[in-house]
Amino acid sequence: MKPVAFWGALAAVLAAGLALTNVAANEYYYNALYLILQGMLMAVAWNVLGGFTGYVNFGSAGFFAMGAYTTVALDKALGLPLPLLILAGGAVGGLVGLGLGYLTLRLKGVYFAIATLAMSIVIETLVVNWSYVGGAKGSYMLTPEKHLWFDSYIQMLFVVMLLLTLSAVAVSRALSSSRLGRGLAAIRDDEVAAECAGVPTLRLKLVSTTVMGAMMGIAGAPFPYFVTYVEPGSAFSLFIAVNAIAMPMIGGTAHWLGPVIGALLVGTTQEIVKVTVSSEMNVLIVGVMLVVFITLAPQGIVGVARKYLRRRAA
Amino acid sequence: MSDELLRVGKLGKRFGGFVALDNVSLTVRAGERLGLIGPNGSGKTTLINCITGALFNDQGTIHFDGRDVTLLPPFQRARAGMARTFQIPRPFRSMTVLENLQVPLEYAARGPSGRRAVDEALEVLEVIGLRERAQEDSARLTQIDMRKLELARAMAAKPRLLISDEAMAGLSSNEVDDVLGILRRLNDTGITIIMIEHIMHAVMRFSERVICLDAGQIICEGTPQSIVQDAGVQRAYLGA
Repeated sequence: MKPVAFWGALAAVLAAGLALTNVAANEYYYNALYLILQGMLMAVAWNVLGGFTGYVNFGSAGFFAMGAYTTVALDKALGLPLPLLILAGGAVGGLVGLGLGYLTLRLKGVYFAIATLAMSIVIETLVVNWSYVGGAKGSYMLTPEKHLWFDSYIQMLFVVMLLLTLSAVAVSRALSSSRLGRGLAAIRDDEVAAECAGVPTLRLKLVSTTVMGAMMGIAGAPFPYFVTYVEPGSAFSLFIAVNAIAMPMIGGTAHWLGPVIGALLVGTTQEIVKVTVSSEMNVLIVGVMLVVFITLAPQGIVGVARKYLRRRAA
Repeated sequence: MSDELLRVGKLGKRFGGFVALDNVSLTVRAGERLGLIGPNGSGKTTLINCITGALFNDQGTIHFDGRDVTLLPPFQRARAGMARTFQIPRPFRSMTVLENLQVPLEYAARGPSGRRAVDEALEVLEVIGLRERAQEDSARLTQIDMRKLELARAMAAKPRLLISDEAMAGLSSNEVDDVLGILRRLNDTGITIIMIEHIMHAVMRFSERVICLDAGQIICEGTPQSIVQDAGVQRAYLGA
């Protein structure tokens, strides 16, 4: 995609989001759109490590919850404003990502994936036993009264999430076509050959886990204000971890556009089914879509599109 | 010696109980063309893996350009000027041929990024004869082109020492001549070359000096003429 087209598209989406807040008053729309965007941000983050670098992370919910619980703790301790909480969530998520990378990146393939899952469970256990942030009972969050010029707090949160997600997409796109992105792709393709071509694989993998962790922490930071009641079950939800993997896989992991397309498709389907059929069917839907795509189009939607374009060109 | 580029001292490597390299010592002068021969399983590739850092040796030291690199990770050795090809081609499969060369240009050679890296990569492809394939997916190349890509990728690292691990296996005799010509021209520009090869006439024609490994030990070292007449080498290859 040409830079002009890309930045134009981002600006158009942002403008559309802002325009929507002037037109639609029904809070449901913002609720649904927030969840789709949250999924997209998580998917874009997962793809930095999973898609660009080739390391599968099952512990996304752990990073997300780190962001959410950073907000809970700092809100209670210092009463910080939302922008600072988002920065703090990103910092904590990034640090956890760096730590996870340092401890586990000597592991390969499925062993790394299991280690990420274990990490998420360890963090969950810690949070469940940390009474300051509510422990297993969970904790209520008061929605701040100020919401800038927006009609309601959820409208503002939606615009905040839109900004965060668009920023993450821009970062992910810049990354994929950069020198750093080529280094990550070299690691994914062949780690030994990458080292022999001068790529500092350990350092680049640490950059990758840190960026992923920071993005996920940022995705989780506004979550307590969105749900107003956080407990470990919702912050560490399987649903979040599964979506973070499924959306990039369905959209296509090799390209920055993959997780965006996957999140739009999966997220929208989930929100529609939630109101028309049942709210319990969400995970089932992702599961079925994932199975279908992995068997029929393992390269995802972007992969199918590329194959089609190539055939037409040939 | 001031013109010594590589010094391998008493190198040892075991895989469990199997001794792959036993007390291997050798030096390579800057600008030299060294042939490395030996029967299958004699430890040639293990030696290369230890020199470039893909494997860590259990004993011994490796000095490159006067610097002890024994404990350096492979990427730092690549940046210091070592490049290699792999016996079984290992292209970056998700990338085009051109992008495959951009990685060593940007990382090992720490060259320019972007447009100028592309130009330099295209120059290397021109030399190796893959210019027309620049935009193709590297995974879709033929075996022969993949071998050429291995060599091109090593060249793109702008090495001072290029180690070619059976770059010519499976090539036709014309293509072997092409590759020999390329290596020869690289050598003329001052790049030191270690060539592992089973194609004897290629090694003999190319090398100034040949080392023969058998069962993890150096059994003979000398000019190509003296190597072929050596009784130990004949025994290793033909059986006693």
